Parts: sequence; C-alpha cells; structure tokens
Amino acid sequence: MKALAARRHDRRAPVVLLLLALLLTGALYAVLSPTSADAAPAAATADQVETGEKLFQANCATCHGPDATGRDDVPSLVGVGAASVDFQVGTGRMPMQMNGPQAPAKPAQFDEEQIAALAAFVAALGPGPAVPTAEQVDPALGDPANGMALFRTNCAMCHNAIGAGGALSQGKWAPNLWEVTPTHVYEAMVTGPQSMPVFNEATLTPDEKRDIIAFLDLQGEGAPGGLDLGSLGPVSEGLWAWVVGMGLLIGAAVWIGARSS
Amino acid sequence: MTTTTAPTGGGKAAAATADYLDQRTGIGTAVKEFARKIFPDHWSFLLGEIALYSFVTLLISGVFLTMFFVPSMAEVHYEGPWATMNGVEMSEAYASTLRLSFEVTGGLLMRQIHHWAALIFMAAIVTHMMRVFFTGAFRKPRELNWVVGFVLMILGLAAGFTGYSLPDDVLSGNGLRITDGVVRAVPILGSYLSYFIFGGEFPGHDVIPRLFTLHILVVPGLILALIALHLFFVVLHKHTQYPGSGRTNANVVGYPLFPIYVAKAGGYFFVVFGIIALMGATMSINPVWNYGPYDPSPVSAGAQPDWYMLFLEGSLRLMPGQTEYVLFGPDGWTLSLNVLIPAMIVPGILFSLLALYPFLEAFATGDKREHHLLDRPRNRPFRTAFGVSVLVAFFILVLAGANDLIATHFQMSLNDITWVFRILFFVGPWAAFVVTKRICLGLQRKDRELVLHGHETGQIVRFASGEYIEVHKPLDAHERWLRVQHDAIRPIEIAPAEDSRGVRRQGYRLDRMRQRISQVFYEDRVEPVTPTELAASHSHGEHDALGSDQEKAPAQLLAEGAPTGGGRRLRSQDETDPDTRNT
Repeated sequence: MKALAARRHDRRAPVVLLLLALLLTGALYAVLSPTSADAAPAAATADQVETGEKLFQANCATCHGPDATGRDDVPSLVGVGAASVDFQVGTGRMPMQMNGPQAPAKPAQFDEEQIAALAAFVAALGPGPAVPTAEQVDPALGDPANGMALFRTNCAMCHNAIGAGGALSQGKWAPNLWEVTPTHVYEAMVTGPQSMPVFNEATLTPDEKRDIIAFLDLQGEGAPGGLDLGSLGPVSEGLWAWVVGMGLLIGAAVWIGARSS
Repeated sequence: MTTTTAPTGGGKAAAATADYLDQRTGIGTAVKEFARKIFPDHWSFLLGEIALYSFVTLLISGVFLTMFFVPSMAEVHYEGPWATMNGVEMSEAYASTLRLSFEVTGGLLMRQIHHWAALIFMAAIVTHMMRVFFTGAFRKPRELNWVVGFVLMILGLAAGFTGYSLPDDVLSGNGLRITDGVVRAVPILGSYLSYFIFGGEFPGHDVIPRLFTLHILVVPGLILALIALHLFFVVLHKHTQYPGSGRTNANVVGYPLFPIYVAKAGGYFFVVFGIIALMGATMSINPVWNYGPYDPSPVSAGAQPDWYMLFLEGSLRLMPGQTEYVLFGPDGWTLSLNVLIPAMIVPGILFSLLALYPFLEAFATGDKREHHLLDRPRNRPFRTAFGVSVLVAFFILVLAGANDLIATHFQMSLNDITWVFRILFFVGPWAAFVVTKRICLGLQRKDRELVLHGHETGQIVRFASGEYIEVHKPLDAHERWLRVQHDAIRPIEIAPAEDSRGVRRQGYRLDRMRQRISQVFYEDRVEPVTPTELAASHSHGEHDALGSDQEKAPAQLLAEGAPTGGGRRLRSQDETDPDTRNT
C-alpha cells in the first residue's frame, strides 16, 4: 500500500495526467463536433425551407421585405440561388451591421444548419446557382499554372496579383482572398457579390474556376524570399527600405559618429 | 608606436613591399598626403558613404546576376520547380530570372540583396542631398559638386528604372508601358521616339537587350566616373564642418584619414553591406513570380514603381484626365496635357529648382566668399523653408502614388483621397514653407534670448527690498559661439536708378530684380546678438541704452559674462570648463 502511494506521487504524474486529459478532450471534440465540411449539399427538405423562412422573417425581412423582393437599394432575393445566401451569410457579410460603401466580412452570425435552411428558403423562391460540390472546389484537382493565368486576366486588376486585395472607387474594396474558403471563392465567382462581376460558365468554366481556386490555395503561405511584407508590391518594399534599412544605417552612422568625439 | 619596437617578420615584409612600390611609383607621397588628410567628425557626414557602399554592393551582386540572367525576349516555356509557372509561355529574360531565383544556389539571395541595395542607394542619395542642402554645403566653392551629385541622383534613377524593367514581368512591363505613354505624349516627336526606343511597336523584341546594355554598362560606367569626380572634389575642397568653437572657415577640425577614418569608414562598409545582406536574407522583394510573365493586357491592383519613381506615378494619378486635346480638326494631332504636365512639366520644375538652387541663392545673396563652415538650418529660414516645401511636394506625390493602399489600409474613399491630394499638392508646400520659416525664426529668437539672458535655472531669489528675480545662468563661451557665429545676411542694397545728374544707370533693372529676390530671401530675419547688445544685457539688462547704430560684428569674440539676474551679477563660473556646462 505504501509502495503504491509512493509510486502515485511520481513527479511526472501531473504532466502525464494533463496530456491524457488533453488527448481525451481532443478525441471527444473530434467525435462530437459536427462534420459537415465534406458532406455534399443534400437536397433541401420542406422542413429546412420552413425553418429558413422563419429565420428570414426574423433577420432579413426588415430590409429585403417579407416576400424577399427587395426595395430601393436593397436587391430582390428571388433567383439569387443558394450559392449567394451561402456566400453572403456564411462570410458574415449578411445580415449587414450598418450601411456603408460595402458590407464587410465578419464572423458569421448563423451556424451551418441555419445557413443551409436560409439557403434552402431562398433557393425555393426561384431557380439560381446552387452551392458547389466538394469536388468542384477541391484545389488538389485544379491546375495552379492555368489558374494563375486566368487570375491575372480576370481577377488581379482588383484583387492584386496574388489576391492580397485592392481598392475600388468610393470607399469600396476588393478583399484579400487568402483566408477565403474554396467554396466561398467559387460562390463569389458564380454570384458576383457587391461590386464583383458574375463569371458565368461562358466566361470561366467550372474547371477553370477550380484552377483559380488551386492557384489561390498556394498563396498567402509566406514568400520564398523571406517575409512577404504583405505582398503589396513596391510601396511596402520602399516603406521597409526606409524604415528598416535607412533606420538601421543611420543608427549605425550615429553610433560610429559618436565614437571618439 | 611601432618605431620604438623591433619590426616583426610581417612588418619587415610589408615595409619591403611598400618600399618596392614607392621606389617605382612614388606612391609614398600620395599615401602620406592622404593618410594625414583631416576630416571632421559627424554622423551626418556618413550619409554619402551609405550611397557609396550600397553602390559597391550593387556592383558585386550585379556581377553575380549577369552570370545567370539572359537578356532576351525570345519566347520559351518554363519547366521548373515553381508550380504556378509550369508550362507557361514567357520570355527568356523572365524564365532566366525564375531560374536564377529558384535553381541557382544563392541566386534569390543575390537578387534580393541587389534590389534592396538599389532602394537603399537611392534613399541614401536623397538623405545625403538633404543634409547638404539644409546645411548650405553647396555654397561656393562646392556648387559644381552639388551639380555632380544631382546628376548622380538622376543616373541613380536611370539605373533603378532600367534594372527594374529587366525581369520582364507584368509589373515592370506596366512601368515600361507608362514610359511609352509618356514618350508618346511629347508633342510632334512622341510616336517617332517611341518607335525608336522600342524598335517598333511597343513592346517589341528589342527593349530588354537595350535596357540591359544601359543597365550594366552605360549607366554604372557614368556613375563610377562621376563618383570619382565627386570624391575628387571633396578632397580638393576639403570637407565642410559644423560651426563650433575653434572651427573657422580656414581650418578643418577633425581626425586624420589614417588610422581613424580608415577604420571608421572601412568598418562602416561592412555595416552597410551587412544590413543590406540581412534585408536580402529575411525580406522578400520584387517577387516576379507573383506577377507573371509580361503581357500588355493585364494590370494588377497595387501596380506601382519602386519608391524613387513613385512621385511620378502619383503625379499621373492626380492629374485629371480631361486635359487631352485634339488640335487642328478631327484628323489633327493629340496634345496629351494629362500626361505631359504630370510626367514632364511637374518633375521638370521640381528637379530644376533642386539643381539650380545654389546658383539662385548665390545670385540673391551676392556673396562671392568661400564657405567651409556649415549653416545651422534655423539660421537660413528661407532656404530651410524652401527645402521643406519641395520635400513636402515630393512626399504628397509619393503618397498619391500609393493612394489605393492608403484607401484599403485606412478604409477611406479612393476618390476623396485623390481630391485631398490634388488640393494638398498646391496648399501643402506653401503651408510647409510658412510654418518652417516661422519655426526657424522662432528658434533664432530663442537663441538670441539664450545669449542675452542665459539659461533659466528655476532659482527664485528674493531681495531685501522684497523684489523677486529668477537667476539666469549665462551661456559659456562654447554655447555662445554656436549661437552668434553666423553672419546676418541682409537684402542687398543697390545704387539708385539715376545718378546725381539724372542720367539713367545701366544695369539698374537687373540690380532691381536681384534686390527683389534678395528681399524674398532675407527680408524676414533675426540677427545674431552683437557684442554691444550682449554687453548691454550684462551691465543692466536694459537694451534701450544701445545706440541707434547697431554693431555689425557678432558677439563671438566677447569672452566676458557672468551669471545675471534682473541685471545683477550673482556668481561667476569658469565658462570654458566643459564640466560646468549645462549644470
């Protein structure tokens, strides 16, 4: 008994226990948390549409109207499709917090189930683009070199050469694309949210859209040459040359000049 | 030193080698002359050295790059480790830049060192130029060296521009496209010049090889030759020094080149090289693989030139586009004022002012003397204010060149920013001029106040009569010298238009113009304290006892003075003892 008690007081016991507890928590989380990312979008059920309508009346109808047909400066949602809802609500752009030049992305207000219900309700209003399948947006299946060529001719003039974002007129902007999920990128191309034009299948085929997603997937993970300085081009390089380069060099000059005199 | 100890083996060998060389070349005299050359000590005198050393860094890294870069616009298909470029059609110049970056050992590091060194080179030239300008180091006999330095800056721009365009990526191609547009905006000659430069319709197949020759041969050759001339002038004129006790127009107070500056300047080279190498190793610059091979159709957001060309970009961005006219009917020729004004006339005015300023100031001052003592910027309010306003104009153009990044990073409207900068471009330099001039005059008045009344000590003394005074500690001789040593420059006086017999004097009109310019320069001024004023303030603290005729000689030779307060001498100190200064 005494030997057992002595062994129980091993110095390493708390660490081992902590590790085990962490592992258990992680395993439980992995089992219990909802796994919907890889699930193909299921066909909308009548139940979903009903839930969606309730959510819509409570959260969206103030601006878009009880029948979702919109009014002055507020677009009608008839025919925008599930893809548009999934993008706007999934990236937190809708519901809008306040009026402004553009609705900014923010943490999503609804969970995935609610977004799917809303999407089902809006899709039921009229035919429109659906949420893409996982295969349609899988970066591993695309060709990044072709994606870059397409990105350069279609997207880079607003979103910057590798998607770091850029300015538009009157306070609007094209956002950074590095943290946007492939599904949302695809939906944005299909639905053309806010200032963005629609890239339909005649402009960019689904395969070409996937190539662009494959290109974007490689961006924003650091540069081969060191710190990427925001990937903003020569302005940020010039700023750093003055701040870091000239700052250090003048500092060294002051130090050398201060010696001996 | 070593003369008293027995020479070592190495020492003997060095002495023998030196003697061998001296007997055959007579180099000993030159070495002796140079080794004993005195240079004054100040950190701001090292700014030009940053430019020199970053140029050396450029040469070293540039030679490495030429070993691998192929200046050709022939079309190839890339096969290599960079996934987003695989199989893409591109020019050999672009492909060799990718190979240099991803496949040549140390290639990317050398490219980044080269590019950072170029940015630092231009930044150092500009900073050095500011130091020379604001301290008046360009005055006689150094006006020509100012011009040499100015040409070096222009050549630096040319070197940067030609090198920036070489990789033939989309971003640098956009820059070339703007160049083409600017060239075409030249009245009458435009399209001929454009065809001449690009060997046909833009972009053609000739421009990269041509830029390469300019970039690695012509421009660096000219820069090297002018650097030699620039440094020769420094040795010939001797280095300027900051004013201070013991420093005059006729001497140089400092340390000999050997060993002090050989160690300092030699060591500083490694500091400069080291910092640039550190930047090249840790910070990505000009990642051409992000931009893609050049194709005249796409432009990406955030397309800007390197910082030293950004003012030109900003100037073009600010100009309203409506100022394009077609003269002589619908089939006449186009006058593109929307390009001509921002890309040629505005930079032309700013650069001409910069190049010609020493001559303008000499004309206004009528000063033919040599100057080896630098000015404190506050003592020349017009010059300082003028320099600051030109800098503000450049800075506003630079910010305008980055207007899209300002818009996204500070969440403002691009259109509003552009309008604010359009107004600021005219108002900003003027406001900066007025404010800087007032600050300079204020600082001069502060100097006068200090010289006349001394430092405030915070000690309040009450006399038996009930009177309170604050004790002021007078400046010591060193402090006072610094504040009274400069000349008071007054607007020049000219002979009247007609002589006593009413005959018109020749050259009066030129003199009158000169007087007007001189008045603009020197009408508002605060003159340094004269010995009489100083003596008056020390004796009884009242200035109105002074005669109406002011003494012209400054107070620098007056070594008297004792602590004063309300006109009373309170205690004395040894003012030349540095330990008691500012206590």
